[in-house]
Amino acid sequence: MSENLDLSIFVKHQGDGTAHLDLAIEGIDCAACIDEIEGGLCRLAGIVDARLNYTTHRLSVQWQDGALVPSTIVRELERLGYRAHPYQSRLVEEEETRRSQWLLRCLAVAGFASMNIMLLAVSVWSGNVTDITPETRDFFHWLSAFIALPAVAYAGQPFFRSAIGALKAKRTNMDVPISIGIMLALIMSVVETINHSEHTYFDSVVMLLFFLLCGRYLDQAMRRRTRAVAGNLAALKAEVAHRIDASGEAVLVPTAALNPGDRVLVRPGERIAVDGIVISGSSELDESLVTGETVRRSALAGDAVYAGSMNYEGTLTLQVTAAGKGTLLDEVERLLETASAAKSRYVQLADKVARAYAPVVHLTAAITAVVWVAMGSSVHDAIITAVAVLIITCPCALALAVPVVQVVASGALFRSNVFLNSGDALERLASVDTIVFDKTGTLTLPEMRVANAKAVRSDLLEAAARLALSSHHPLAAAVAQEAKERRPYEEVAEEVGQGVRTLVHGVEMRLGSPSFCGAIDLAAESVGQEADVSVIAFARGHERAILLVRQALRPDAAATIKALLDLGVDCRILSGDRPEAVAPIAAALNLREWRGGAKPAEKIAAIESLKAEGRKVLMVGDGLNDAPALAAADVSISPITAADITQAQADAVFLGDKLSPVLDALAISRRARALMRQNLMIALVYNLIAVPLAFLGYVTPLVAALAMSGSSSLVTLNALRARRAKAKTASETSLPGAETRAVPTLQGA
Amino acid sequence: MEVLIYLVPVALLLGLTGLAAFLWSLKDGQYDDVEGAALRVLKDDDIRS
Repeated sequence: MSENLDLSIFVKHQGDGTAHLDLAIEGIDCAACIDEIEGGLCRLAGIVDARLNYTTHRLSVQWQDGALVPSTIVRELERLGYRAHPYQSRLVEEEETRRSQWLLRCLAVAGFASMNIMLLAVSVWSGNVTDITPETRDFFHWLSAFIALPAVAYAGQPFFRSAIGALKAKRTNMDVPISIGIMLALIMSVVETINHSEHTYFDSVVMLLFFLLCGRYLDQAMRRRTRAVAGNLAALKAEVAHRIDASGEAVLVPTAALNPGDRVLVRPGERIAVDGIVISGSSELDESLVTGETVRRSALAGDAVYAGSMNYEGTLTLQVTAAGKGTLLDEVERLLETASAAKSRYVQLADKVARAYAPVVHLTAAITAVVWVAMGSSVHDAIITAVAVLIITCPCALALAVPVVQVVASGALFRSNVFLNSGDALERLASVDTIVFDKTGTLTLPEMRVANAKAVRSDLLEAAARLALSSHHPLAAAVAQEAKERRPYEEVAEEVGQGVRTLVHGVEMRLGSPSFCGAIDLAAESVGQEADVSVIAFARGHERAILLVRQALRPDAAATIKALLDLGVDCRILSGDRPEAVAPIAAALNLREWRGGAKPAEKIAAIESLKAEGRKVLMVGDGLNDAPALAAADVSISPITAADITQAQADAVFLGDKLSPVLDALAISRRARALMRQNLMIALVYNLIAVPLAFLGYVTPLVAALAMSGSSSLVTLNALRARRAKAKTASETSLPGAETRAVPTLQGA
Repeated sequence: MEVLIYLVPVALLLGLTGLAAFLWSLKDGQYDDVEGAALRVLKDDDIRS
């Protein structure tokens, strides 16, 4: 980076005269990186401390305030071979970290209590069949109560709070029967202890808590890991802009530092980083990432422009705006509000079960008590048996059945480069039968590619690509991607609006418009019938070549769509681009159902009508114009290159150039749903066996402990099978090398 | 069986010590970077200086 980046808004000034900066680091791949980064930074004068977190790939640096400018640190890291991006920890993430530590503390307390109480309980069980004295047994029971009561009061909080929250909102969830079961078992055990009875259930209660907390903690840890990676990705994506100071000087700042009203300079070939209004200058913009429209639009003073647009010929000065009235952004936000409000709240599988389960269990317990009294037993025995029914049905396996599968499946998705934004997305994904794709940036790659690379002689293509490295023109960037040797030629002259030229070994080479290279006739011939392409000409000596640049399909798009169709999923294209541009894509992918020229409101209408037919719709899209449609669909996925608002609406985000993550997501979620149902069946069968035993009064604390740990382990082990879902789909559909294309920064994060 | 009167509290105390140690290590941030910790132990920083 030749310019200084102004990072001052990310620096935290601490009271003791030091300054602090958090950075997300790209390019960490081995243990030696820790030393290289920390050691390298500590050699800079003024650095107090540099500490790299290898798990999250974040670096925290402290230095003497005023001793150096923060951009020096970024530059030093760049010299060492790492890219650093200022990272602002988001509130959600801090909240999740706190919650996960709290769960871990609860888990530790429950673990301690269950170990010690089990120690005492096993002594009592073996003593009961041999020669324990009633005094010793009472002592052990009191001791168990002394450990269990404070432990449950502390470690049970996650469940009690959630249950009270649900009851206040006049709903029930799985935590309500859990809390009732725990409380009743504790009260009964204390009463039995006072009555010098043989059986107490303290061990069952704390063990139940321990198992449930394990499930909760794993769930939370998985979500936090995804969140951390998403946070890093956001930091890596964070863009920079040239802000024009009061003095008229252009300073490079991160977009986060811009406020409405600031003036920003956009040079040719730069992507616009903020929404704004053109104050001066004129240019052509490629808004394909925003609206899906691939034809360029001219921008003049007074026009609104959107973040994500590519600036072509001219230099623009923008005034940063908040969403103004009548702009596309305003319309999208308005549509979003209605679409999200109308979206019916999906009821999770676990909650559905909980709703049916709680009344049945409590009714069974009540019936037990009534029947025992009717059969002539004492009220005391009847209540004890009823509580035993409640304890044995306390939904331990049931509460683990769904979350454990979710954890394992999100891990499998994570390895397929798919990140879930919302917890219940997995279940909604599994029920999808129709997929609606956006075209630009979703089925096609977000950047331009050379379409006829195979038709051009390879040495000419290589020369053109190396020459393109020296050009700032956005189309040249597409050509430059073909370069195998990434060293630009020396002494390249750029002629504005024409192209670039250079002399190599006395031969002149030119890359640019056909007229600049003297290839107008050749260009007309090459383009022929092809619509929607941009033409670049290349000349070396007397040789000429024409390169056609257009948005290319993702490399595995055809294979993925075919695999999806084979799965029986209905795939369609719904694009904001002109129908002429959509038709060839639909033909290449063998899709009969497609539509072009759809405005945001029309996209919503199309999705609503599909939903009205009773279909479960998955929307895959990336543009700003797709955001309302994503919110309206049953479930949505967007690529990581999507506009910020769009990504915030998506239930899941996928990385990389390939489309196969969409297929993986579908396959993994379907398998996960099957496993969830299986697990629920296991839990149900367990209850069908255990409840009659409890009803007849055969459930001693020993039986309860065995039954609970047995069923919980069975459910957890079954959930682990969700890991295998990825292997199958990968071997069937993706090409060799698919695995290695994962973004390196994410490994281990 | 009088031995239980002091053996049981000793056992409990040991357990509580373990719990306290875990809670302290959690608060101390020792689980913030588990992967890094495994690699840092191999660093030769005492030799270099």
